[in-house]
Amino acid sequence: MGRYFAIRIGRAALTIILVVTFAFVVLRLSGDPALMILGPEAPPEVLAAFRKAWGLDDPIWFQYLDYFGAIAKGELGRSMRDGRPAIELVLERIPATLALTLPAFAFKVALGIPAGIYAALHRGSGIDRAVMMTAVAGFTVPSFVLALLLVLVFAVQLGWLPSGGQDSWRHAILPIATLSLGGAAVLARFTRSAMLEVLGQPYIRTASAKGVPWRKVVTSHALPNAAIPTITILGFMVGTLIAGAVVVESVFAWPGVGRLLVVAVANRDLAVVQCILLLVAMTMVTSNLIVDFLYGFLDPRLRTKGAHA
Amino acid sequence: MSAPLVEVSTISRSYSMRSGMFGRATAVHAVDGVSLTIARGQTLGLVGESGSGKSTTGRIVLGLEPPDRGEVRFDGKPMAAPGTAAWRAQRARMQMIFQDPLGALDRRLPVATQIREPLDIHGLGTPAERAERVRELLRAVELTPAHGVRYPGALSGGQRQRIVLARALATKPDFLVCDEPVSALDVSIQAQVVNLLADLQAQLGLTLLFISHDLRVVRQISNVVAVMYLGRIVEIGSADDLFARPEHPYTQALVSASPAPGRRSAGRIVLSGDPPNPAARPKGCAFHPRCPRAIARCASEVPALEAVGGNRQVACHLVTGAATRDAA
Amino acid sequence: MPQLVSIRDLRVAFSGVPVLRGVDINLHKGEALGLVGESGSGKSVTWLAALGLLPRHAKVTGSVRLEGREILGAPATELDHVRGGRIAMIFQDPASALNPVLTIRRQLCEALALHRDLQGNAVKAEARRLLDLVGIPDAGRRLEAYPHEFSGGQVQRIMIAMALAGNPDLLIADEPTTALDATIQAQILELLSTVRREMSMAMVLISHDLGVVAENCDRVAVMYAGRIVEQAPSNQLFADPVHPYAQGLIGALPPLDGPRRRLTAIPGTVPDPAHMPDGCAFAPRCALAAEPCGLAAPSLAPIANDRTVACIRAEASRRALLGIAAE
Repeated sequence: MGRYFAIRIGRAALTIILVVTFAFVVLRLSGDPALMILGPEAPPEVLAAFRKAWGLDDPIWFQYLDYFGAIAKGELGRSMRDGRPAIELVLERIPATLALTLPAFAFKVALGIPAGIYAALHRGSGIDRAVMMTAVAGFTVPSFVLALLLVLVFAVQLGWLPSGGQDSWRHAILPIATLSLGGAAVLARFTRSAMLEVLGQPYIRTASAKGVPWRKVVTSHALPNAAIPTITILGFMVGTLIAGAVVVESVFAWPGVGRLLVVAVANRDLAVVQCILLLVAMTMVTSNLIVDFLYGFLDPRLRTKGAHA
Repeated sequence: MSAPLVEVSTISRSYSMRSGMFGRATAVHAVDGVSLTIARGQTLGLVGESGSGKSTTGRIVLGLEPPDRGEVRFDGKPMAAPGTAAWRAQRARMQMIFQDPLGALDRRLPVATQIREPLDIHGLGTPAERAERVRELLRAVELTPAHGVRYPGALSGGQRQRIVLARALATKPDFLVCDEPVSALDVSIQAQVVNLLADLQAQLGLTLLFISHDLRVVRQISNVVAVMYLGRIVEIGSADDLFARPEHPYTQALVSASPAPGRRSAGRIVLSGDPPNPAARPKGCAFHPRCPRAIARCASEVPALEAVGGNRQVACHLVTGAATRDAA
Repeated sequence: MPQLVSIRDLRVAFSGVPVLRGVDINLHKGEALGLVGESGSGKSVTWLAALGLLPRHAKVTGSVRLEGREILGAPATELDHVRGGRIAMIFQDPASALNPVLTIRRQLCEALALHRDLQGNAVKAEARRLLDLVGIPDAGRRLEAYPHEFSGGQVQRIMIAMALAGNPDLLIADEPTTALDATIQAQILELLSTVRREMSMAMVLISHDLGVVAENCDRVAVMYAGRIVEQAPSNQLFADPVHPYAQGLIGALPPLDGPRRRLTAIPGTVPDPAHMPDGCAFAPRCALAAEPCGLAAPSLAPIANDRTVACIRAEASRRALLGIAAE
């Protein structure tokens, strides 16, 4: 079991290194941060001084190694915009983002999983078709379209809710709704197919042949098995808690991590972008590790050392 | 009698296998010192349960995987190195058919195209000759050109196995390895394919290595039968004689376990214990933990395959030569 | 012997395609009935339908009576009592027949809790006794193991233990040894016959293997294309099959001893259920088929004591068989 996790942790570290490298390369190749921050009219000596101060005139591989060295020491650099530590800027935005993504996650699970189970159990029924149609609509409509649609109906037409900002809990309703609907749709479809797969297994027939009432066949035989693949998608959703709301935060002018990212990218604020990407990679990788661990917990075939028959 | 077509001498093959996801790697001796000869135009039947190494033996004989030790000679010559022209020429003379015809066929191509494929690969004949050969092969396996234009999915299991057989025969091979070719088929269809295989063998002078767990089918088609247990041959002899008077306790149990209409199960030898596990082969005679007649020596010493009279060879400490047989 | 189960004109169709086309079966208490036939003949569907275990889109009609009481279309609560409690079932593929994420103890005790009036420690003790009974060594410890920790033969033993948990009057064994090696098959069949004798339980053994059925059953019914075509005591059926299909099946089986003969293969293939021929479904493959065979499907008719055959050419077929035997 130790070996199993060592391999996975090693893979996680490699993923993070690749993410950082990728972000570094892409951002460096796409424009000069000094020009972006100071503007094209800035005098050459000011630009040179800026580059020197931020180490932008060092060879690119040197900057790269330097950056890794700093990360290893826990220094994630300073924002090129206002000189504050990037990590500080990012951390202070996290509560705002979580205020959207955590309730949204709860709604996704509360809506998506029961809908998927219900649809699977009543396969081919009107309700199944309705759930599936909603689900397809839910994840084919891009979230910014859905967001604008919700704004149009509930803010502009009906005037029930504000269309943007972060002044009260009412401001959070539309962003949360936008995030929840798409995710719930994905989850419903996934749960449904996982359930259908399990319900077709011979052990379900065995349970029925034993005389187990159908309700119990579903709860104690089908659900634990269907949970295994569903965990994967849930893990992915946990991974997007920090930065899964980029579009929604932009549309609703919600001052979270997502919006910070958009602004930082537009300004070539390298330290902030890398800090966010690192954070996202860390949450993704951590949630994947948790998923692997849960697999081991839910699936005894992974837990025990082969057959000792 | 002419020289045998296939000579297998003391081949061995082991794999490294991890038990479970976190287990330590252990060596699994799939095949351990197997020797066989197959005479031209004859059929050697290879029987055994799962894990006996019979399929691995078939793959090594065909050159699909190399033995760790030992040698396979085909028509007097050792197997050529894979990839060489000599190897390709040799491979065209030996073919294989498997248990699952659907897995062996490409679902997206009409079956006639697939029968033609070996001819294209080996560059045999003009396009017109190839087309004629495909028609001829379809006739040979008792199908019509109308079947040829269909896709594998539109044929029944028996018909698919005929297609696989036709494709195997396309290059006019001398030697055919059949690995459980009829096990997935219903009894009535199984009989069709077995009859067809016997007819084709007589017509074309084919030499067969016929691998199966089904004693009845093996007896039906084989001249000589070898019984394998955990990678070794435990008994070998002529088909009729072997099943009528099995000598090795394992062969006896196998024959006795084969149900027969009109016979009640009374007097059956039922082996205790689990099926053999190649990853944990017992010391001494691999069969001794399940053997109803095992003695102390069986647990320590591996019995060698020895002639016991006639053309029978048995690997058992309790069956040694004619003298012991009379005394027993 | 009193009647245990009686099936009358059982029919099953999957989305309009008939797969079972009128099956009648009488089963006495304690009797072992074999059901043979090739894949798609309907031998498993018969019992899955009888126990209400088919998917919802299957259309099932006819009558299935358990000691006179209709169970086809009975309410779920009544069926749950029958399933496992009166009629238990085991299946072909042991590897997937047990729930992979639950321990053997949970799966066994579940069956015990449903059908037996046992509490607390008694449940576990009974589970251990059942595992002992079916020959799982070290039962106490093995109860806590998961299905993947057992070999195929052991899982089938556990399935049998689970089936016995409810003290059923009838065990349906659906190809119980098909996925197992020969020596393990012999173990399982012996175990089945032992427990059947000890618990004086009736058994329906479904198999494509004539030998398995012949050796383990009192009476055999041969199915073809969704119907029973011949039904007779085992020894009589194998010594003297009357229906041309039954003859064909037995002729297609290679002998294990005696002189080798060419196998009498049945030509052609099983008809497609969606395009059944008119009249007798076997006629297109039958050497003895005559004109009337294509007109109407023959019904099962008695030809001797406890023997029935669905063939209008039964007499000719019998003569042909005797002719061959006389040669």
